[in-house]
Amino acid sequence: MTYRAEVFVTLKPVVNDPAGLTIKGGLHALGFDSVTDVRAGKYLVVTLDADDEGEARSRVDAMTQQLLANAVIEDYRIELRA
Amino acid sequence: MKTGIVVFPGTWSDRDCGHAVGDVLGQPARYIDHREERLDDLDLVILPGGFSYGDYLRCGAIARFAPVMEAVTDFANRGGLVLGICNGFQILQEARLLPGALLKNASCEFRCEWVNLRVEQSESAFTLDCRPGQVLRIPISHGEGNFFADPQTLDAIERNGQVVFRYCAPDGRVTAESNPNGSLGNIAGIANARGNVVGMMPHPERACEQLLGGSDGLAVFRSAIHALARVAV
Repeated sequence: MTYRAEVFVTLKPVVNDPAGLTIKGGLHALGFDSVTDVRAGKYLVVTLDADDEGEARSRVDAMTQQLLANAVIEDYRIELRA
Repeated sequence: MKTGIVVFPGTWSDRDCGHAVGDVLGQPARYIDHREERLDDLDLVILPGGFSYGDYLRCGAIARFAPVMEAVTDFANRGGLVLGICNGFQILQEARLLPGALLKNASCEFRCEWVNLRVEQSESAFTLDCRPGQVLRIPISHGEGNFFADPQTLDAIERNGQVVFRYCAPDGRVTAESNPNGSLGNIAGIANARGNVVGMMPHPERACEQLLGGSDGLAVFRSAIHALARVAV
């Protein structure tokens, strides 16, 4: 069975996000004054083969903990589809 | 001092390190391919600067799983001297050989300039030749050198004396203006608890000859030579 996992990697709330601040500044410069915060992150799409959804999820979880996200500075969320 | 300089795809400061250690200091040095698995013949391993694996995903994240890194970890755990410079510092943090992480510079700019560093810890293997408070002038060249650690980790690093270098003014004062990248506590370089592994964002290998603008970086490599002599005695 082929699964498609979307992995959203974001900086932890306590970590400063210079890219997000710069993007916010750009939005303000365009007149979008209502914007109070922007956080930039990473979006990864991982396609993999697994026997069932449980196996797919545990493997994506393992690879995200090992490589895709750095637990020192980042949080992550996984959305899985068959 | 038998020195190994690790070369990953995308490493760019390996030859500068080889020149500083080999040609300027006259020490035996060899380049280590990222697929090598044995480092038994070495006294010092340098992870040089550059953009290993294109800095994809996160700086150092892919390099950290190269075959040579298992050998580097064993080498470090046995007490071998390891110096990570710039991208090498990022790799050591990804490998959890050093604490914290290096974020994008607060300015979002790539900063390439000379900075002043205050030596905070003169007992590390790479600062033995320095006095505490001594100011070294060494260049930086990075876009992601903004040192971060959570409050507990930062507190532990400070209490254990693991901060090796801080960005400072020419007179040694640690000021906001002298911080080129937003690093917490103006931290430019740290050591592990044992003091045999050091990571630093500035490039000492590019400050080893007056012809290139300064030679303060020599103190880092000479300290390693003396640290090894001290162990041998």
